[in-house]
Amino acid sequence: MKVDLTVNGSQHAVDVADNALLSDVLRETLGLTGTHVGCDTSQCGACTVHLNGSSVKACTVLAGQADGGDITTIEGIANGDDLHPMQVAFRANHALQCGFCTPGMIMSAIDLVQSADEPLGADEVREGLEGNFCRCTGYHNIVKAVLDAQANM
Amino acid sequence: MDAETGIGASVLRKEDARFITGKGQYTDDISVFGQTHCVFVRSPHARAKINSINTDPAMAVDGVIRVFTGDELVEDGIGDLPCGWVVNSKDGSPMVSPPHPPIATTVVNYVGEPYAFVVAETLQAARDGAEAVEADFDILEAVVDTATASSSTQIHENAPNNQAYDWELGDKEATDAAFENADHVTELDITNNRLIPNAIEPRAALGSYDAASSTYTLYTTSQNPHVERVVLALFVNVAPEANLRVISPDVGGGFGSKIFVYAEETAVIWASAKVGRPIKWRADRSESFLADAHGRDHVTKAQLALSSDGEMLGLRVKTIANMGAYLSTFSSSVPTYLYGTLMAGQYKTPAIYVETQAVFTNTSPVDAYRGAGRPEATYVVERIVETAARELNMDPVELRRKNFIPPDAFPYQTPVALEYDTGNYAASMSKALELADSDGYAARKAASEANGKLRGIGYSCYIEACGIAPSQLVISLGAGVGLFESAEVRVDVSGSVSVMTGSHSHGQGHETTFAQLVSDRLGIPFDSVNVIHGDTGRSDYGLGTYGSRSIAVGGSAIDKALDKIIAKGKKIAAHMFETTEDKVNFAEGQFSYEGSNEPKPFAEIAGAAYIPAVYPLDELEPGLSEKAFYDPKNFTYPAGSYVCEVEIDPSTGVTEIQKFVAVDDFGNVINPMIVEGQVHGGLAQGIGQALLEHGIYDADGNLSTGSYMDYTMPRAADLPDFEVDMTSTPCTHNPLGVKGCGEAGAIGSPAAVMNAITDALGVKDVPMPATPHTVWETIQQGA
Repeated sequence: MKVDLTVNGSQHAVDVADNALLSDVLRETLGLTGTHVGCDTSQCGACTVHLNGSSVKACTVLAGQADGGDITTIEGIANGDDLHPMQVAFRANHALQCGFCTPGMIMSAIDLVQSADEPLGADEVREGLEGNFCRCTGYHNIVKAVLDAQANM
Repeated sequence: MDAETGIGASVLRKEDARFITGKGQYTDDISVFGQTHCVFVRSPHARAKINSINTDPAMAVDGVIRVFTGDELVEDGIGDLPCGWVVNSKDGSPMVSPPHPPIATTVVNYVGEPYAFVVAETLQAARDGAEAVEADFDILEAVVDTATASSSTQIHENAPNNQAYDWELGDKEATDAAFENADHVTELDITNNRLIPNAIEPRAALGSYDAASSTYTLYTTSQNPHVERVVLALFVNVAPEANLRVISPDVGGGFGSKIFVYAEETAVIWASAKVGRPIKWRADRSESFLADAHGRDHVTKAQLALSSDGEMLGLRVKTIANMGAYLSTFSSSVPTYLYGTLMAGQYKTPAIYVETQAVFTNTSPVDAYRGAGRPEATYVVERIVETAARELNMDPVELRRKNFIPPDAFPYQTPVALEYDTGNYAASMSKALELADSDGYAARKAASEANGKLRGIGYSCYIEACGIAPSQLVISLGAGVGLFESAEVRVDVSGSVSVMTGSHSHGQGHETTFAQLVSDRLGIPFDSVNVIHGDTGRSDYGLGTYGSRSIAVGGSAIDKALDKIIAKGKKIAAHMFETTEDKVNFAEGQFSYEGSNEPKPFAEIAGAAYIPAVYPLDELEPGLSEKAFYDPKNFTYPAGSYVCEVEIDPSTGVTEIQKFVAVDDFGNVINPMIVEGQVHGGLAQGIGQALLEHGIYDADGNLSTGSYMDYTMPRAADLPDFEVDMTSTPCTHNPLGVKGCGEAGAIGSPAAVMNAITDALGVKDVPMPATPHTVWETIQQGA
């Protein structure tokens, strides 16, 4: 099937299998390998991207479901050389080690902060990131980074 | 040095630039022209005889190129996956290592063991092909339970009683005598739960063969690409070592599970020549659960002999260690030389005797997982010390202080082979108590009780042996490899520097830490140092990263190469100053000579080295590039004191960690930010072991916890904020005074958590993981 996707501001008309996952189309067809796949049960969150402004796990969205959608991946959140405040905060707070969960974690965290009605506290950040696993950092510095970025978003 | 980027500065990481922008290059991100895809066909049975395998239906699937069975690898001379460390039993006989073909041929011995694999044009076609492979099995009785494995049906023909070895360490007679003279004996039966490593990046491999040059290139998720290469060349016989290049690009966490040489990359690289096209494989998470080496899984009886006033007189430990179905790459060393040798802990216990029986079961192989033997040892020592204090009505802090090896006793020879070089255990303990506000504990406990909650406090004073390891020592103990590290410091004409290291970074931040070291010593800008790792085609043979060895061994190798760079720089500078090299000083990036008021910056000497106008070439070669191999003189001995405070809701059994303090002594620290991050991650894995994680097989050998729906990974809300601090007694035997920090958190924390929980509940033991259900049941049994 043919699907039209706007990805990081660029329009793509792609021919995909009916059962193709959005994560596979991003990685294999469009070469956007920053979206990582860490599990097959929609638990780890490494594949998190934004679809029409909300975070989704790209490994459990069919490409066909995203037809006509506006998608942002980790490659699309910086403005040229100006990094997104969440990217800046992750580096400044040492909120990543191996870097594999990082794209999904950043995409989830951006949506978490953007959808909050009021500034988040540490406990709310911890609850809000329950859909993203990190095996390296113990989340300690991720929580710090999200709170830090929140002040600049 | 530059205070912003030198040794001791929390420099932000170089590698982050690519990771936060999605530009990292992990194995599965790499694709090559003409690549095919591979799916493994895995045993659904824990133990079965393979009668026949029919690959024809798979070959009929559209897009399938080839289907391979284990017989084809055997016929082609592919060898077994070896275990690289021979441990001897008490009677001197070598361990039993059953045949371990990469792809099973006649029997399967755990659920998930591969017995065929399908190569296809697309991943979908490979999956469809794998589903179509037909196999006829005779299902055999499976052995699963660690404690009863040796009295169960025999799995391997050459392993009676399902025993790999029965090992001992220490003086049995002296220990027996200590127990005869004891006023009090504390006994503790404990288990160390099986864990599944779960690096978030699944293992992957991309193998290709270039027929024109007869060379193979393997991209894979390895913590030690050179070890991967030598094993595939020398033992598995895939290709001559010179014709095989192994590249570990960005690797998304390892925690031990990516040290080992597995079936999958072996099959992929071998088959790439048969198919004549590159082959890619990436594990599904289900495969990671089934086929990554697991960790821990011990059943232990321990006894501690004490005097009435709390002096520790002797320790006896008898452990059954579950090795799984086969001996994985370094598995044999884990419950022996990385376990029994740590039983002195931080204490001057004079007599210790340790026995480890390693048994086979029909489960995934068990090998090193973050800490590897040392968490299990710490768990035994620190749980029994705390239990003894309770039985003697002593403050557990006081009992520990009474028995600590004092700072003036170093170097200290333990009764279990190791010689600790330095430490100050009481200092770490004091700092931890201060941070934990131990004086305020009674009030906090009263407040919890007023709210109907139970509160407990637990301590853990761990020691570990890192910086693995003096080569001749480990070889004499059965290791099949030396454990030095390599480094090359290549100075460019302009004075910038490339460093090739045999260490491998899969989250540790070596590109930053090692650059700090080089920048600091050469007095050159941090940004002009480029660290290169993970490619056997670019760096000398090295041993890789595990056992918290990178800075202590890999960093020391770089330091040694830097010595040679500076020495040669002095020779060149001496010619420029028209003096002799012994009169040239090097400091702050400048070569100087008292007879000249014009010091030469490092970059000027680099330029002179490559534009050799000023020195005689028959005395001095052109260029400025030096290599070093550093072999450690001893292990390093990081140690620390952890304090955990928990609150338990008795109506639900839910445990909440209210406070976790970790004070570690890592000796000198290059980048405190990175070191603290390593501690955080280790703590999360140790707390995960204590509260959440458990690899469980049912009685038939099916993995019940085979997905993230069933195996509880620590999430952000499961963990507290950590309070992390440090003390320092620099290592005395390596040039940097460093000890290593990668595993400490996972080693020290389980005992602290479980000591706190058993304190809160007023019971001797609760099995890990202390899930709400387990805690609630414990409370009900006591009620």
